[in-house]
Amino acid sequence: MSSILTDKRTATLAGYVDDRVGASKIVKTFARKIFPDHWSFMLGEIALYTFVVLLISGTFLTFWYTPSMALTTYEGSYAPLVGQTVSEAYETTLNISFDIRGGLLMRQIHHWAALLFVAAILAHMARVFVTGAFRKPRELNWIVGCLLAILALAAGFTGYSLPDDLLSGNGLRIISGVIQAIPVVGTYLAFFIFGGEFPGEVIIPRLFILHVMLIPAALLALIGVHLGLLVLHKHMQFPAPGRTNTNVVGYPVFPVYAAKAGGFFFIVFGVVVLMAAVVTINPIWAYGPYDPSPIGAGTQPDWYILFVDGALRLMPGWLGPIPTEFTTFGYVWSLNILLPGAVVPGLMIMALFAYPWVEQWLSGDTREHHLLDRPRNKPTRTGLGVAALVFYVVMALAATNDLVATHFHISINDMTYVLRTLFFVGPPLAFWVTKRVCLGLQRRDRDLALHGRETGRIVRTADGEYFEVHEPLDVYERWNLVQQEADQLVPLPTGKASGLDKLRARMSAFFFEDRIEPVTPAELEAAHAHDDGHGRALEGDTDPHAVSASGRGSETGHGH
Amino acid sequence: MKDSPTTEHNDAGPSHGGVGTDLAAPEGAALDNRFANPGLPAHRYRTTDIDPAAAKRAERQVSTIFLLSAVGTLVFLVGYFALPIDDDKSLGRLQLSTMVLGLGLGFAIFLIGIGLVHWAKTLMPDHEQIELRHDIRGTDEERRDASNIILDGVEESGIMRRTVIRNSLIGAMAILPIPAVVLFRDLGPLPGTVLRESLWEEGVRLTRDPDGTPIRAADVTFGSVFHVIPDGLSESSHPIEEKAKAAVLLIRIQPEDVQPLEGDLAVRNDWDYDGIYAYSKICTHVGCPVALYEQQTHHLLCPCHQSTFDLTQHCKVIFGPAKRPLPQLPITVDGEGYLVASGPFPEPPGPSYWERGASA
Repeated sequence: MSSILTDKRTATLAGYVDDRVGASKIVKTFARKIFPDHWSFMLGEIALYTFVVLLISGTFLTFWYTPSMALTTYEGSYAPLVGQTVSEAYETTLNISFDIRGGLLMRQIHHWAALLFVAAILAHMARVFVTGAFRKPRELNWIVGCLLAILALAAGFTGYSLPDDLLSGNGLRIISGVIQAIPVVGTYLAFFIFGGEFPGEVIIPRLFILHVMLIPAALLALIGVHLGLLVLHKHMQFPAPGRTNTNVVGYPVFPVYAAKAGGFFFIVFGVVVLMAAVVTINPIWAYGPYDPSPIGAGTQPDWYILFVDGALRLMPGWLGPIPTEFTTFGYVWSLNILLPGAVVPGLMIMALFAYPWVEQWLSGDTREHHLLDRPRNKPTRTGLGVAALVFYVVMALAATNDLVATHFHISINDMTYVLRTLFFVGPPLAFWVTKRVCLGLQRRDRDLALHGRETGRIVRTADGEYFEVHEPLDVYERWNLVQQEADQLVPLPTGKASGLDKLRARMSAFFFEDRIEPVTPAELEAAHAHDDGHGRALEGDTDPHAVSASGRGSETGHGH
Repeated sequence: MKDSPTTEHNDAGPSHGGVGTDLAAPEGAALDNRFANPGLPAHRYRTTDIDPAAAKRAERQVSTIFLLSAVGTLVFLVGYFALPIDDDKSLGRLQLSTMVLGLGLGFAIFLIGIGLVHWAKTLMPDHEQIELRHDIRGTDEERRDASNIILDGVEESGIMRRTVIRNSLIGAMAILPIPAVVLFRDLGPLPGTVLRESLWEEGVRLTRDPDGTPIRAADVTFGSVFHVIPDGLSESSHPIEEKAKAAVLLIRIQPEDVQPLEGDLAVRNDWDYDGIYAYSKICTHVGCPVALYEQQTHHLLCPCHQSTFDLTQHCKVIFGPAKRPLPQLPITVDGEGYLVASGPFPEPPGPSYWERGASA
């Protein structure tokens, strides 16, 4: 192999850099760092890469966009709006679309990348959640990730409003209404944010500076922390033969991982551009400029805000004869707005932040974890994750109730009643079903590990007994099915138990009581002895019930 | 390169429930009851590893993909210069330009990625390598040293001994953020009473949105809907803000279809003019325009959150998240037969707010 130092010029350059920044140490430390591979690890990468696409396309847009609400007369290339009074923000967005070659493409790249950015973040969070990647020592990085998710929503919403079109203007109107509903300070907050009455003349420039400076800067800083902690902790890996809690198995950063991850950046970027090329998004010229009086039917925000909008739609203003907005001493409590607009999202965010510590408290497990959980092996956690997802989807679906109603010719009121019911019933149902599915999958794993694969070959013994021949798994296949630890309950402390201890024990039981114990070598031994029994069956010595009984696995606890 | 099967055994025994930071080791202490990790399976070689012809083929594929990417860039450039969008201002031309530029650029970028990944997967080494993890925490000794450094530093600074310095610093720092908060005071004016006021007052003509022409009572036929703004809106100092409060819907229905109000509100029974009713168009939920009128049922629907107001019950809420009825604007006709307001809104139009007070 030829050394990099055999070439005189590269040696001089490398030496120059090393003398000044110690590059050789950096290369030695990081260039051969090992990263494990799994498709689900690419979800976070998509988020990172779409963010880069957003920075590039967004910077391009700022060269022409003017964040101003000053009114002007549109004189550009889009004939139907010529002569209309519009804001400069709207006018320049139209100009980017109609008068700058590639401008519409860039706008669509920016918008599609934003939608994918949030989607990738949520998918990445779901992956981290169901595989237990948030466990010690990565709890703090989970928090950083949650902050990134919130910032991504903020980035999306502030950008969504910038074209000052009719659709986004009504979105701002809704936000102003929600802010006004906040007790005591709401009206003041709204007047400070909008610089007076809605819509005022300052909200677009204010959102602009948040959108192009403050929020991206915070995102960049937190992404730095997120990735820094990733490097420090080293990436988690799925359990597999040779992969343990104390090693990382995978490919070195240079060259394989760099080529794959770098290539993936171009793939993500390319797909976003192709989407922008063929699928129109946010045609603001069709919506028209913002005006407080007109509105189109079927108004939806960008998908990631759907859940808040949907929650606002689900909450009734009257529960039969009882109003959800009432007045005490002349002051208004708008629960019809506060509960869905602030309390529900607030609780969701709090639950998200707190979860790693809640689970740690209930499992009593304070060890470091570097092996991911297979989701089926943590039925309660996976169930909670799916329940949360269903909760989210029901609310998001509620924000499309008008479109669903018109498309499927059903009453919008019925649609809303059904979704109101699902809001309460859906998550527990999803939890129960998911947990049962997980337990079932675990039982199947047990069965496979103990008895091997069904071959479909039926053998008849000399005595006329039939049985199917099972092919045992090899040790590598079997390891994936037996490697997990059994969950443990936190018991009540001996002696006097405080109320908190009792709560902890009760919740711990809820989390871990229903479980399938992983197969032990002794059990496998017994199963083999039994399967050998079929051999002996040829001599006419077998228990006819043995097969069905041993196929069950051993489930402990109750709750069926 | 390591590719021999390895099985790492963890020296730290698991202390489930302990306070330490032991690495969780499924193959740890209780091994008698657990399977042992069989280690990495034997490496499987790819055809490109063992067959030079296959490697050569992969090489050609990768370079072809890169060449196709360059073709994409050329398509973009041709599209940019050969397809101007200022000579033909149709949407079709714009879409064509966007599509050609986007497909050219998209494939140019996408194929770079595909080529890189294909190169890595077929020709770069695919031996999985093993790196050991180390405790995140420092050793006990490092922890002790670190805490001593902090303690020594605190001692050297004297911050614990010189309490006057410390307390004066804390006091000064505690009030220092106040200017940062106060500075934001001028973000906006205080609300005052502006949310209660609108351009509607006695004698203001109802005019069409957006052209501002007045409306004769005779023009308002049964079942028709007018989107209304107050006369003089465009000359007001803040027309958009005023419109956000003053927008009104004008609808004519058979007077006998409307249930009369009782009690304190009975005075409103003659706020219409011959079956022509004027209601605030701004939803009492969060302020969207209530723009959809269903002629058959006389329901008004807000398209944002589906609050439904029943015109026959003086715009009472019959479905959705709004709680209050739409405020009614009292109207009559002036000497020339044009519709005018006979007074302001009886209550603040638009969404609720803390200081709004009880509704009628």
